[in-house]
Parts: sequence; C-alpha cells; structure tokens
Amino acid sequence: MALNLAEELSSITTRATAADWRAAVRLAGDGLVAGGVTTDAYTDEMIAAVEAHGPYIVIAPGIALAHARPAESVLKGGLSWVSLETPVEFGHSSNDPVSLVIGLAAIDHTAHIEVLKAVAGVLSDKEARAKLEAATSDDEVRAILSSLAVK
Amino acid sequence: MKIVAVCGMGIGTSVLLKMNAEKVLTALGIDADVEAADIGVARGAAQTADIVLTSDELAPEIGAVPARVIIIDNFFDLDEITNKLTEAIQ
Repeated sequence: MALNLAEELSSITTRATAADWRAAVRLAGDGLVAGGVTTDAYTDEMIAAVEAHGPYIVIAPGIALAHARPAESVLKGGLSWVSLETPVEFGHSSNDPVSLVIGLAAIDHTAHIEVLKAVAGVLSDKEARAKLEAATSDDEVRAILSSLAVK
Repeated sequence: MKIVAVCGMGIGTSVLLKMNAEKVLTALGIDADVEAADIGVARGAAQTADIVLTSDELAPEIGAVPARVIIIDNFFDLDEITNKLTEAIQ
C-alpha cells in the first residue's frame, strides 16, 4: 500500500489501561486532541454515537473504529491508535473483547478514504495485526506500519 | 445491482464495508454500484437497493425495506463478505 499509516497517526498509545469501553474511546479521543486533530467535544460525540447506535464500531474481532460525524469539533482529518493492556467489552454480539481502538476524525465524507484504505489493508493482514498487537511502544508500532507501507 | 453499506455516521464503518464489498464483487465478477450511507439516509436509499450491508447492531434500525439485509460481523474478513454476498445474489 502506498500510504504510510505511521505518518497519518497523530498519536499512538500502547499497553493502555481502560476500565470500560467509554474510557477506551476517551483514550482514542485524547490522542486526537493531543495531535491537534479534534477538540474534547469530539470525544464526547464518539461516545454518544455508540450510546445512540450501539457498539457497531467494533468492526472486526478485537477492533473498534471510534468516530463521529464531521463537525466543528474536528479541526482536521486524523487518526489515533490505542492498544489496550487488558481488552474491554463493548457489548458487541460477536467481536468482543476489544484490544485495539482506532480514533478517526474526518472533515468530510471523502478526504479520509485513502487513510481508511490503509487501515483496512493493515488490519486485514493477520500477520501484521499480530505483530502490531504485540508491539509495546509507540516507536515499535510506527516501525511496523512503516515497513508495511514499503511492501 | 445496487448495494448500500450502512453505518451510524456514514464516514467510517460503512466506507470500510463499501471498500471490501467492492473488492469482493470485482473478484466475483459482479457489476454493482456500492454506496456508503449513514443510518438516516440509508432508510431511504434501502428502498431502491437490492442489498443492504450492515452490522448486527444497526440492522434493526433500518427497519422494513424491500432490499435484502445482510449482516457482516467482521468487516475485514473478505471470506465472510464473499460467502454472504454470494449466497444473497444466487
């Protein structure tokens, strides 16, 4: 894949601790805020989306794609990465528990498509995903993602 | 054939689902127009679609539509999408 996700991620947190799914989404939101991608309001909007529509953001076993609508709380498009030390339950029928939360912020409906393609490419690759899950530092995650982009 | 991929916001999960559905349809040699939609738009779009792809959580929110509603559990599992689409189309 052409796009290097390591360059797209505004923040990477590994071995994070979250008491429940809200705390896990909040960590992903904090990562977006730290990267200047969103304001704190977006984090609340991501949590509200799950409260309104259920845990559908758990798109594959162990993976949640936390996001809300393009809104004033989104300053620019971006992604954050949070891997959890202990997986948390989102209440999903088949994909719980979640060990990786990706926070996604988009400014419109199309600008982030290439980034999503890269996310799908990386996480559909079982071998890559296992390596990423075992990574214990920000640098390690970036190195793995960069090596995948070269392929 | 018209297929609608549905999620709550229309920017994340439905877009991923659309991408993977397109990959699968190309591999199967099926000519289809796949559209990503949020749940609000989807109720309307689903009226004219042949197939709706969504998650278990959102399926009840789509309500009664003429389209066949297919629930995908793992959005990254091309085998699951292939099997469920093939079954629905045949």
